[in-house]
Amino acid sequence: MSNLLAENMLWRNIYCNVSKSSSDCIDMGYSFGIIPSGFEWLAFILSAISLIGLVINGVLGGVIVLIWGERRLFGRFQNRTGPNRWGPYGILTPVADAIKTMFKEDILPKDADRLLYNLAPIMVVVPVLIVFSVIPFGFGSYVVDLNVGILFVLAITSISSLSVLTAGWSSGNRIAILSALRSVALLISYEIPMGLAVIGVIMLSGSLSLGSIVESQQIPYILVQPLGFFVFFLAAMAEMARAPFDLTEAESELAAGHLNDYSSMKFALFFLGEFMAELATAAIVTTLFLGGWKGPDFIPTEFWFGAKLVFVLFIIVWFRMTLPRLRVDQVLQFAWKGLFELTMINIITTAIFIFIWPEPGLKELLILALINWPVAIISIWGVSKILGTKQYENIESLKNENAYPYSFKTLPSEFYHQKGERGGD
Amino acid sequence: MFEEYFRQYAILIIFSLVATSVPIGMLAISFIAQLINVRPSRPSEVKLTAYEGGMLPFEERPEKFNFKYYYYAILFVVFDVEAVFLIPWAVKYGILTKQFGLVALLGTLIFLTVATIGYVYAWKKKKLDWIYNEK
Repeated sequence: MSNLLAENMLWRNIYCNVSKSSSDCIDMGYSFGIIPSGFEWLAFILSAISLIGLVINGVLGGVIVLIWGERRLFGRFQNRTGPNRWGPYGILTPVADAIKTMFKEDILPKDADRLLYNLAPIMVVVPVLIVFSVIPFGFGSYVVDLNVGILFVLAITSISSLSVLTAGWSSGNRIAILSALRSVALLISYEIPMGLAVIGVIMLSGSLSLGSIVESQQIPYILVQPLGFFVFFLAAMAEMARAPFDLTEAESELAAGHLNDYSSMKFALFFLGEFMAELATAAIVTTLFLGGWKGPDFIPTEFWFGAKLVFVLFIIVWFRMTLPRLRVDQVLQFAWKGLFELTMINIITTAIFIFIWPEPGLKELLILALINWPVAIISIWGVSKILGTKQYENIESLKNENAYPYSFKTLPSEFYHQKGERGGD
Repeated sequence: MFEEYFRQYAILIIFSLVATSVPIGMLAISFIAQLINVRPSRPSEVKLTAYEGGMLPFEERPEKFNFKYYYYAILFVVFDVEAVFLIPWAVKYGILTKQFGLVALLGTLIFLTVATIGYVYAWKKKKLDWIYNEK
């Protein structure tokens, strides 16, 4: 108990105000509690629930602000105003949406598997919420600091592929099952570069706990691990199935994919899960690569964390608005032939570096940054050469191959003018 | 110490219970709204069919699907196990290099080489590509 109380300031404030007679609390100067001695378990459960309620309500409130902010930003990116009717600057629009979807008719298709159909939306939301239990929001403010934190995050987020498959399968709809299979192929492909990209950070910090990873960052790891950041960010974007990797939903091709037959609150829960995943991804990227809550002392650490979080969220929205959706073969090639190699290069350079300096100080880390940025740029250039448009340049091979490279950039201009076998005029 | 270690997991279990209650509570509110006739429920024969672009579905749900998904599943298992093997090595790597020197680095390089041979083989067999029309 003592260790938890000493390190976790949020927990200490809540627990010591609930429990009356814990000797540790009295030593730290807390003298006013409610629950008397002999009921420590009750004090424990009550304070745990209030701490968890604080974090979950914070996340749900954050999601409301995120949905509003994202839609406003979409408006700005598309040269329009965005939602501005409900509340000041339209900030109540997500609330109105939630109330509206809650009272819509709920349809259970007759081919659907009733149990799985109802279970899938719950399975989308719960794992993403659990991720927030290990994220340090500030100095000494977190729910728990697991010693296997980042492994726990990777394990929990991989449930998302299961929930997508459940949703697609249980709808009894061919479009839904097609989309579910595609997106499971996508999600499991991107889990590998995501797991491998973290290894550089783990090597430098020597710990899996997210709290220790933040504390070990003398300079933000984005400077020392540019490749790791690049790969992790893109893989995480793919994991939460946002554009440009949103094959899961692909409105124009798959009619919203596995969400096809969902309506009412279940539909809303899928989107709640998606936006919470965006928030969780931004929080993890901030923690691993941007120094978490660290920053100059003149403002509280929670604000530093929040500022970095908002910055990462803005970049995610920017990506989504700017880039078109990739084709399924491009997406999978990018994971297997691109990101996988980049993580390998990253692991080997970091391993050699730590072999030379086992305990890197600030100076050594700056040297690593000087080495790693050129390595990152050269290897990204090399991968873009491998995956680039060159492979489709020969028009004869296009006709013979079974590949299907209809894309704006990959086809040479004379292809459009020829009449004949493929596509006509 | 021992008890302390499990207190974290006790908090985590309570967290997952509370987290599970959030979506269930939302679904429950929505369901109660149906019971008191705020939310409509008027199912009909056409409305309950699977939505496939407005046409009536002419087939049951597909029981079989393309074999290419299995390639990704198998590759995923292989390389995810590789990542799982690398993580404990990465945690203790700084200590290992101080104790054992070059062995800590070379051992993993050999392991990565073996994994990379499999990777190159899969690439050469074109199992990393998305196959559109296999003949």
